[in-house]
Amino acid sequence: MIFNFPFIAVAALIIVGLYAVVFRKNLIKMIIGITIIESGVNLFLITLGYREGSIAPIYTSSPGGIMSLPVPQALTLTSIVIGVAVLALMLSLVIHIYRHYNTLDVRKIGGDEE
Amino acid sequence: MNALEFFVVNSPIFAVAIPLLGAFLTPIFGMINDKLRNVFAIFIMIITTGIVFALSYDVVTNGIRTYIFGAQDLSLPVVRILFEVDAMSCFMAIISVILAVVALIYSWAFMKENTGLDKYYTLLLLMTTGMLGMELTGDMFNFFVFLEITSISSAALVAFWINRGKSVEAGFKYIVISTIGALFVLFSIALFYGQYNALNMAIIANSIQFTFLDKIALVLLIGALAMKAGIVPLHMWLPDAYSKAPSSVTLVLVAATQASLYGLLRLCFTIYGNMITLSPVSIGWLLVLFGIVTILLGVIMAIAQTDLKRLIAFAAVGEIGYMILGIGTGLVTMSPSISAAGLTALKGGIFHIMNDALDIGLMFLVAGAIFYATRETSLDRLGGLARNMKYTTAFFIIGLLAVSGLPPMNGFASKLLIYESTYQLNPILAIIAILASILLLAIFVKVLHSAFLGPALPRFNEVKEVPKSMLFAMAIIAGIIIVFGVFPDIIITNIVEPAANALVNNAGYISKILSLTGGA
Repeated sequence: MIFNFPFIAVAALIIVGLYAVVFRKNLIKMIIGITIIESGVNLFLITLGYREGSIAPIYTSSPGGIMSLPVPQALTLTSIVIGVAVLALMLSLVIHIYRHYNTLDVRKIGGDEE
Repeated sequence: MNALEFFVVNSPIFAVAIPLLGAFLTPIFGMINDKLRNVFAIFIMIITTGIVFALSYDVVTNGIRTYIFGAQDLSLPVVRILFEVDAMSCFMAIISVILAVVALIYSWAFMKENTGLDKYYTLLLLMTTGMLGMELTGDMFNFFVFLEITSISSAALVAFWINRGKSVEAGFKYIVISTIGALFVLFSIALFYGQYNALNMAIIANSIQFTFLDKIALVLLIGALAMKAGIVPLHMWLPDAYSKAPSSVTLVLVAATQASLYGLLRLCFTIYGNMITLSPVSIGWLLVLFGIVTILLGVIMAIAQTDLKRLIAFAAVGEIGYMILGIGTGLVTMSPSISAAGLTALKGGIFHIMNDALDIGLMFLVAGAIFYATRETSLDRLGGLARNMKYTTAFFIIGLLAVSGLPPMNGFASKLLIYESTYQLNPILAIIAILASILLLAIFVKVLHSAFLGPALPRFNEVKEVPKSMLFAMAIIAGIIIVFGVFPDIIITNIVEPAANALVNNAGYISKILSLTGGA
């Protein structure tokens, strides 16, 4: 691998995502931040299992040579599925927040409207 | 292998699989009849409770039980998912199932007028599945998956009253906090996997080297799990989520919070257990400090609240502090070797986990009952309810005595252990803990006065006592509180002591898995 480029990308993704979650005032942008963190973590998992020049870990009619580790890929797949569920739930909650407050700005929601 | 043996061997997986299957069968029964669906959900939960009790009995008598998915035995490297159940897991599982059963009974009348109840029951059972999974699993990634199942279903339940903006907001806050926490957990799991090529907790604990990366993982995991457990300064989501969710959901949320606390304990005592025997003092003092800050902040914030459920939520934050204080004191006293005084502190902390769940749970159920009867949670507008709600008042007084740690309730039994052991460590800690308890008493006496006593308000003349199922649910918890308070020794010797011993015995936890892999 070229230096530790994937790991630098992982760190960058997580930091960018955290920045968006902490400092952005728009709920949708916060959600985007969370998905960016998630991509960073998934990339980290995948990178752990990868060796330079390795092939996909499928045994049938494999051409030989080193294979990348399948366990992190299984973990990533699970993590992606969970991520989709969380994303769907968050977006549906945001839709309801918008219906109640007519805004997505975190500073304006939360007032008593009952 | 006879039927009973088969049942016990497979009980760890039954405890998770039955509520999971039940969760998705519930809507089918809901299509036939509402009552049938409610009965079915309660039935499923009672079966699960039976399984958990059978499993606990087996674990306490025969030691740690494991269940390996898809194979009879293990081989290195361990890639199989496995459940490893020790007495501590059982202790937490018992809390979860008791609260879940009570919540389902309480929901019968409490949620009756709501729509979308099929989904409500499905989510409640899913949440219980997630908690039980977190408590029984022996695999880090599996722990993450169950953590996410719990988070997703609890966030959806917190926002169940979707016609109120504040509930949806609390649910959104909860899911954001949970997801970020869970992603950090996953990142730490990846750090472990990258170093030790293992996902199994025991294998990681066996080969852990305490490198710089392990310390990063420790910080991330403690941060994420403490956030989910509601420890100050990461408690900001908790009062919102607890007070905006329906009361029956809050009861199960208390158990979900404690499942995260269990993760924290498992992390500190098992995975990083060897490091803790090297330098327990610093981590112990850190926990003591967090405990004291959590107690003080929770109680002081509770004084200022005028909303009943929010007040109880802050009291719940304070109660979490007592557990952390007991466990931290145990760690400090236990250096350099396991001592009787340290075990007493640890027992106090662990016993308080169960007592807090029951006491705070009962308070939330009473708050829910008041809301059901009057549609009101603000203390400024309540008053004179004791005239029409005799039983609810009685349950509130039981809860009040238990939360503030007065005899003969269960809160006294565990808080006395905590006071005793913290006094030996440093009298100031014990004094702060006792003062905070007195403050809790004052706060709840104020609630008693403003909600139940005082002049009759004409608005509440028509208020009736809540339906029988809600009273029955409260009576179950109140009964357990009194039994635990009158006979604390039975509970401590039979459940709490094995749990404390299991928690400090990380060598036993590790060797159990290593013996399955055939040597090493």
